Amino acid sequence: MAQQRARVDAVIVGLGWAGSLMAEELTRAGLTVVALERGAWRDTTTDFPPAVDTDELRWSTRRGMLQPQAVETLTFRNRPDQGALPLRDWNCFQFGWNVGGAGTHWNGMTWRFKPYDFQPHTLTRRRYGDKKLADGLQVQDWGVSYDDLEPFYDRFERLAGTSGKAGNIQGQAQPGGNPFEGPRQRDYPLPPLQRTRACDLFDAGAAKLGLHSFPVPAGNTSGAYVNPLGVHMAPCTYCGYCEFFGCGNWSKSSPQACILPALKRRPNFSVLTQSEVLKVNLAADKKTATGVTFIDAAGRLWEQPADIVVISAYQMDNVRLMLLSGIGKPYDRASGTGVVGRNYAYQTISGASVFFEDEHLNPFIGAGALAQAVDDYNSDNFDHTHHDFIGGANMLIHSTNGRPIGMGGAVPPGTPRWGSDWKKAYRDSYQNSNSVYCQGTSYGHRDVYLDLDPTYTDRHGMPLLRVTFDWNENDARMAHFIADRAVEMGHAMGAKVVSRFEPTAKAFSPMDQLSSHTTGGAVMGADPTTSALNPYLQSWDVHNVFVAGASCFANNGGCNPTGTVAATTLWAAHAIKEQYLKNPGPLVKA
Amino acid sequence: MDRRSVFKSLAGLAALGAAPSAATGAVIGKHTILDPGLNPESLPQPALTGGLAFLTVAEARTVGAVFDRLIPADELSVGATQAGCVEFLDRQLAGDYGRAATQYRQGPFVKGTPQQGPQFQQTPAERYRAGLAALDAYCAQAQGKAFADLTPDQQDALLTDMEGGKVDLGGTDAKAFFELMLQNVREGYFADPMYGGNKDMAGWKLVGFPGARYDYRDVIGKRGQKLDLPPVSLLDRG
Amino acid sequence: MRKKTILGLGLPLLAIAVAAGGLLYRANDAARDRVADDRLKTADAAPPDAAAIQRGAYVAATADCAACHTAPGSAQAFAGGYPLKTPFGVLISSNITPDRETGIGDWTERDFFRAVRHGQSPHGPLYAAMPYNAYVKLTDQDMHDLWAYMRSQAPVHNHIVSNQLPFPFNIRLLNLGWNLLFFDNHPFQPKGEQSAEWNRGAYLVDGPGHCAACHTAKNPLGGDSSAYLQGGPLQGWYAPEIANNPHVGLGAWTVPEIAQYLKTGSNGRAVASGPMAEAVENSTQHLTDADLVAIATYLRTVPGSNTQAPGPLAADDARMRRGAQVYAVNCSACHEGRGQGVADMVTGFAGNPAVQSANPDSLVQTLLKGGRGAVTEANPTGAGMPAFGWKLNDADAAAVLTFIRNSWGNAAAPVTADQVAATRAALGAPAVVK
Repeated sequence: MAQQRARVDAVIVGLGWAGSLMAEELTRAGLTVVALERGAWRDTTTDFPPAVDTDELRWSTRRGMLQPQAVETLTFRNRPDQGALPLRDWNCFQFGWNVGGAGTHWNGMTWRFKPYDFQPHTLTRRRYGDKKLADGLQVQDWGVSYDDLEPFYDRFERLAGTSGKAGNIQGQAQPGGNPFEGPRQRDYPLPPLQRTRACDLFDAGAAKLGLHSFPVPAGNTSGAYVNPLGVHMAPCTYCGYCEFFGCGNWSKSSPQACILPALKRRPNFSVLTQSEVLKVNLAADKKTATGVTFIDAAGRLWEQPADIVVISAYQMDNVRLMLLSGIGKPYDRASGTGVVGRNYAYQTISGASVFFEDEHLNPFIGAGALAQAVDDYNSDNFDHTHHDFIGGANMLIHSTNGRPIGMGGAVPPGTPRWGSDWKKAYRDSYQNSNSVYCQGTSYGHRDVYLDLDPTYTDRHGMPLLRVTFDWNENDARMAHFIADRAVEMGHAMGAKVVSRFEPTAKAFSPMDQLSSHTTGGAVMGADPTTSALNPYLQSWDVHNVFVAGASCFANNGGCNPTGTVAATTLWAAHAIKEQYLKNPGPLVKA
Repeated sequence: MDRRSVFKSLAGLAALGAAPSAATGAVIGKHTILDPGLNPESLPQPALTGGLAFLTVAEARTVGAVFDRLIPADELSVGATQAGCVEFLDRQLAGDYGRAATQYRQGPFVKGTPQQGPQFQQTPAERYRAGLAALDAYCAQAQGKAFADLTPDQQDALLTDMEGGKVDLGGTDAKAFFELMLQNVREGYFADPMYGGNKDMAGWKLVGFPGARYDYRDVIGKRGQKLDLPPVSLLDRG
Repeated sequence: MRKKTILGLGLPLLAIAVAAGGLLYRANDAARDRVADDRLKTADAAPPDAAAIQRGAYVAATADCAACHTAPGSAQAFAGGYPLKTPFGVLISSNITPDRETGIGDWTERDFFRAVRHGQSPHGPLYAAMPYNAYVKLTDQDMHDLWAYMRSQAPVHNHIVSNQLPFPFNIRLLNLGWNLLFFDNHPFQPKGEQSAEWNRGAYLVDGPGHCAACHTAKNPLGGDSSAYLQGGPLQGWYAPEIANNPHVGLGAWTVPEIAQYLKTGSNGRAVASGPMAEAVENSTQHLTDADLVAIATYLRTVPGSNTQAPGPLAADDARMRRGAQVYAVNCSACHEGRGQGVADMVTGFAGNPAVQSANPDSLVQTLLKGGRGAVTEANPTGAGMPAFGWKLNDADAAAVLTFIRNSWGNAAAPVTADQVAATRAALGAPAVVK
């Protein structure tokens, strides 16, 4: 029998970015909030100060901060007719496993999605007609527009201390910024990070090609900063230890650096660490949740009653917890009905490796989001009339993670992978290589979905989540087109060797670390037959359950997801505070 | 700081649900005082010095011979064994890595598609034990000698065949075993010296990596210039 | 060794004191406390005086009662249990909630006055770790309000055995003799020639604020030395001079800088950490801006020590060269390349008087064990200083501290490896990872 804890106004499942932002909003509104976090408390000083950060083997190669597969993994298959098998070792999905979640060990790229990305169905048909949407593709609107989210993007950029250059302030083009971004109310709170030689080369290449180069918006501080909660951040030192690492000097945006210092002081907030939620408990009529059941580090079961349940774990776990709890109808591929597990998406990746001669790129100098990009081929920023696909990708060069174990494979194609010839090649390419990396849009497809695995279980005996995914034709065509553009860029940058990569040309494997950007499965939308959540991230079926995180994306945009995770979360928090608390019930009629 | 406490915490993972441990999670809130000292689990775990912790002397000899072909001594830098890569591997195999502490270990074990990733029932330590024995048995049968006693050219030829999937090592997937060794020797050559490899920061000096530094603000403005920053190791003792 | 000296010195003195009955009487005379009522008990039901409670809450903040009378990490304020490490042993702070059995519920207002202002509780004389030698300056009005506030607290049943001192210090009666020697049994006397602001500052500093408890060095028996507010060691830390020496004290700080430091925990350069962070968190951040300016105004007039800045070590000194290397790799990411720190977040070293104190105990302790900046309403960040005891050996720790004490215009005596080793042992700080 589960022991009972005292009832709270809201329980938050998972204290990463989404959970921290939601907790900050709800406690500020006066609610008593308990967060349950599967991992341990992790803080800058005690867990990842500079003196322990500088260890590639431990944090990057062995991924010392990520949730081990031994705790929970996924099963995977490319097609519905295959058997799924568990991912036993480290793979491309980077589950957070600590207070701060994946927001502790991310890189910090803090993009906004394009206005098109929220309404791809409406806007594609409007511009190109109905026939543009390929068979099997499940392109749908989010039920929310860029303009709706703009104030919440802005809020997050302020909280996170984002460094960047606006390209469009209230409709006015801003030189040096991204001309394709949606209109912003104001510039970023901090100016862009300093640039590197690689950024300069990319910038020159873009100019040669007539493309519009700009600094990637960075959750790495270009200077000291104080956010709206009064929390201070220190300047980034360009140490290059970002992805897979905690930031040792409060210069990478994270829940620890930006939110928790203020949140922890509030008497109506507490977090229970090493406490794993097993399911959301529903009332007899299944229309409301009564709280959650969790297991603590000693293996004891607890029940945490709450008036509101916010599911804000890793994207995959959000979907899994809904399936385990019976919230929403599971997606059934055969009939095409059901919504939980539907419209899963990954990030469509292609690009080109570039090798220069006699350069000193000094790849150890960098930051997680120190990058120069072009958005000319992203989203619907270019005319697709004569292309056989929709969507696009941003294209960037990235100065970070220039660490010697990880870069060992970065030698020109045709070079031996070992022996003296490899050593010589690696010595040269360490200072001369980088890549033009393109992360593209990804759309839902009939044959791509998440459900519960019939065979494999986690350490508690609960079914693992099963991922059925392969690139769809639309996305692969887009990636092919983009890889051509990346090759052009490589040559324009003056690279001696340009080596195209196009993983979308073959079956997807999660063992390839292409991207960790995994989205959907419990998507938001205006139509309850194609979305698990209404436009306020509220379950259509269980009105006091809100599900925050990239699981709500109806499709993936051509850039990193965290800004949009934050904006949708803050948007939902606003709706809870302004509407739901006054009149608990469905915020949208189904 | 008890070095074993880290192992315990990781080893306890798999059993956590089934067998309750003494550890309990914490309630953290307004009144919680956060001790500024380093969390013992975050303390670096340097390799023990001297002797072998997992490999036998014979295994160390065989894998050392492989490693010295993968990263040979030449005019650029020392070879893998001289850089301590065998000691590095030995300590890794004796620890969490070797026992696959973070991996998902539940069955059934089924050979899947390449896209589904490795499905080894064996831990990395077990794969080395079996793989090195299989490699030497193969050499004994084919050449009448252990791998380490072959000429460098013979060794290179065999490794090339393993890499290309052209060698049958019985129960050992030769290509996968080659990839494992290649990954581990690179780790040993380029990881912080405290793990037993990268002696005198030889690997870092080879490519010009400055090591355990955390502040490049003074030099980021020197774009495209050769910086020649002397490398520093994590436990630098001057 | 030290204890023996104290005993050898102390016992004959005490004998003389006991003989001097009249003087003893005067030192312990609490007649002034008779203004307080002696019938109503703290826990008795009586209509609350909301205004007095509110004023009393402020007095409690100025006197920092909660800091010592609350167990570390406890949500139960005033229920006692905080261990105070004195040179004579450990004292556990008492429960001062209105619980009749384990707190002060059965005390009258007069009992309360006598305990707070004269160290005479119904359970016997108090140790001077309870700073009644400062609280004696509290006005009747402040005392009355403070009692009203304490009465308004929820009673907490929490039995505390306060006195855990070894013989002979466990004999409470000895405190009466201590009072004779060191207890200045006088109410606060405003100075007519000074402004009301200055007098308010002096009252807060010497009365409720009890700044001298830490910032004035003690004699071997725990009495204040004459070096008023010129710094003193405590519990492995060093409370720096807050008088006006320009090099190691507040001589170079402006009134607004001092007030800001007390309000937010930082003045843009130095950041409060260690015991001062607690004082800022529990006490000074809650004070009005006017009171903080009054404190600063007063402190800026306290004569400083005559500590002279030594000549800085030469940059090519071997310790400085090694210290510079250690600094570049371990320190500059947060404290910046030229020791300037990050405003209101990471303490700056350049020109920081506490960094240049003759006594480096706080620096050594913080380097080995880490520390945390004050967490305040105005600045909730509370950035931490990571512990380096596991990483830096005694020689490197000494070198880097010597370096920060002698760079960017700073000058102070070098820190030796032996000093680091002694502190490492005394604090039980981690050994170096091997």
